[in-house]
Amino acid sequence: MFKGKFINNLPKIYGLYTGGFAVFIILMAIAEQLGMSARNIGIMFVAFTVSIYALIGYLSRTVQADAYYVAGRQVPTVFNGMATAADWMSGASFVALAGGVYFGGYTYMAFLVGWTGGYVLVASLLAPYLRKFGCYTVPDFIGTRYGGNLVRACSVFVLFIASFTYVTAQITATGTIASRALGIDFELAVWVGLISILICSMLGGMRAVTWTQVAQYIVLIVAYLLPLFWISTQGGYGVFPHLMLGEEVARIGELEKTLGLGTEAMTNTKGVMAELKWPDGEAVKGLKYLSTTHSEVPDGGMAIWKYLSLAICMMVGTASLPHILMRYFTTTSVKSARKSVAWSLFFIFLLYSSAPMLATLSKLSLLDPNLASSIIGKSISDVQALEWVQRWSEVKQVFITDLNGNGTLQLNEFFMNRDIVVLATPEIAGLPFVISGLVFAGGMAAAMSTADGLVLAISNALSHDIYYKIIDPKADTAKRLIVARVLLVLIGAAGAWIASFKLNDILGSVAWAFDFAMSGLFFPLVLGVWWKRATREGAIAGIIAGIGSGTFYLLWVYPKFSNAIWGVVHEPWLGIDHLRFGMIGAPICLIVMVVVSLMTKEPDAATQAMVDETRIPTGRAIIGK
Amino acid sequence: MATNNAKAYWGKTKLHMIVTLIIWLFFSLIIFMFGSELNTISFLGYPLAYYMTAQGSLLAFVVLLFWTANKQEKIDKDHGYNEREEN
Repeated sequence: MFKGKFINNLPKIYGLYTGGFAVFIILMAIAEQLGMSARNIGIMFVAFTVSIYALIGYLSRTVQADAYYVAGRQVPTVFNGMATAADWMSGASFVALAGGVYFGGYTYMAFLVGWTGGYVLVASLLAPYLRKFGCYTVPDFIGTRYGGNLVRACSVFVLFIASFTYVTAQITATGTIASRALGIDFELAVWVGLISILICSMLGGMRAVTWTQVAQYIVLIVAYLLPLFWISTQGGYGVFPHLMLGEEVARIGELEKTLGLGTEAMTNTKGVMAELKWPDGEAVKGLKYLSTTHSEVPDGGMAIWKYLSLAICMMVGTASLPHILMRYFTTTSVKSARKSVAWSLFFIFLLYSSAPMLATLSKLSLLDPNLASSIIGKSISDVQALEWVQRWSEVKQVFITDLNGNGTLQLNEFFMNRDIVVLATPEIAGLPFVISGLVFAGGMAAAMSTADGLVLAISNALSHDIYYKIIDPKADTAKRLIVARVLLVLIGAAGAWIASFKLNDILGSVAWAFDFAMSGLFFPLVLGVWWKRATREGAIAGIIAGIGSGTFYLLWVYPKFSNAIWGVVHEPWLGIDHLRFGMIGAPICLIVMVVVSLMTKEPDAATQAMVDETRIPTGRAIIGK
Repeated sequence: MATNNAKAYWGKTKLHMIVTLIIWLFFSLIIFMFGSELNTISFLGYPLAYYMTAQGSLLAFVVLLFWTANKQEKIDKDHGYNEREEN
């Protein structure tokens, strides 16, 4: 049978694919030497990779529910790890993470610990047990374990809020990258991005998404690591940057002192920031100047608490995000699910541990007066004449001004969008444009793969848990899959429609998705496996109380919302700001769930036996085959 | 009802989970309570707290997950719950 053969041939197929991609990069490098324009190289990279994903999506089409929902449960351990890594690392991780580290320093790096540490919770508390359970979706587990449509619907609701917050950000990222690489308007690029995303997932569901995500992982990791290693080697910083940038980090620390980072003269007041205008009169928004040290730990108990609470929210949120958990439903066994989490984290580690290194090299190249690429301390007119500065100023991503009128560029006079650290560093370091084209393709792969996973998670929950389990339990497979695909297109279109309004400031941060998920899903999932006494009533009360209190706190603490509702800006309670509102939702969810469970009758013998069965790796699955 | 073997298996699995989470807690939260102190120590030329948040803890999680999966497989085997299929 072809399918069996396909699985056995995976290493060969993806080896060939990687080789083909390498040949393509070399061809593009030759084309650049022969005079191909930067714009055409960008277009070629995006078009080539996206058409491969589309081809994989088409070849993986299916009419079977098992293949559509869980890729037939035959994805090998390591490949599932790669697919999860692509599913996980979003356009934001790829494009903005290094920039976040560049501007945010130590405190921002709590995200790195949070977004990796969460996998320990996934592996030890959830993934193997959910795999044994044999569910199609995350709400499927909650609905079956606790029993009843209400608890199922509540969990679908939380899944929807968390994943939809996330998916609009991903479609926005896809649109941003596509518009830059293809040179088209953002509004159009969003729809181009959406069509690419749907082609990968519509015909084959989880099976198609799995095999495109593996292909996307390969592109994105090459696109992230190649420029980093190239810059590090070429600049003489060491062939293995992760182990060899100690001196450079120390050097940045010295430069920060000589350049006066953090002093009053190098800090812009809110008034000054509000006055900044582009030549066409538009206010400068979303760009940052360097004001945080690179490697110093901020002092004080509050700073520690801010770091820890952010890490906690991201870790617990990771373990509650349905699009990640459902990746482990596709492995061949419980054992493989466990190992697959470890492999996922390994593949994620490759990129996350590189982001701080890229930030270090990028910062050094701009700050160190001994380097030809540096701009701080140089004359402003010279800096403005640089090609990359001109190019990125044109698209309003880099802004330079002479605040004190001395003609020399200082730290607080250079503003940039944090995405620039990834998108422009190769250019600043003088690498050929082919590398920038590769970076565009990588960013596109990262955004698409996450968007695919999310859109699928939402539409699967709606089609399986709401339509099939609640509305029409007698529907046959063909009908279910049609509903699943229609929902997929609708959800994607809704996400793209919202993204096309560029409401980023209103939709807030990707971090919210983690807080929503941890507020409403973490404890119902974990206690479902680890506490037999957890009851249906407890779960329902916990989900409602958790997501309700979390959402209320978000409205209360986020300045834009609280201003609109209460007319005032509230001071965060105990430093718990809008990025960390899960710190409110999740504990309330836990307390309410435990109290209500203890107050209600303990689950019946059948449910308890079901939990016992879930806990051992062998034997029959609880649902399905 | 669960058999005695299943109960013993679950006891060991629970203990293993707790050990895993204690190690996880150490690398994810506890060491970062002492960030300022750790940063005075140098590791590979990096300040230690910076290194841990940039790379060290991440690496520790990867190693921890492979270790924990292998250990759990051993527990499975000891109680006759090892799955036969191989990848």
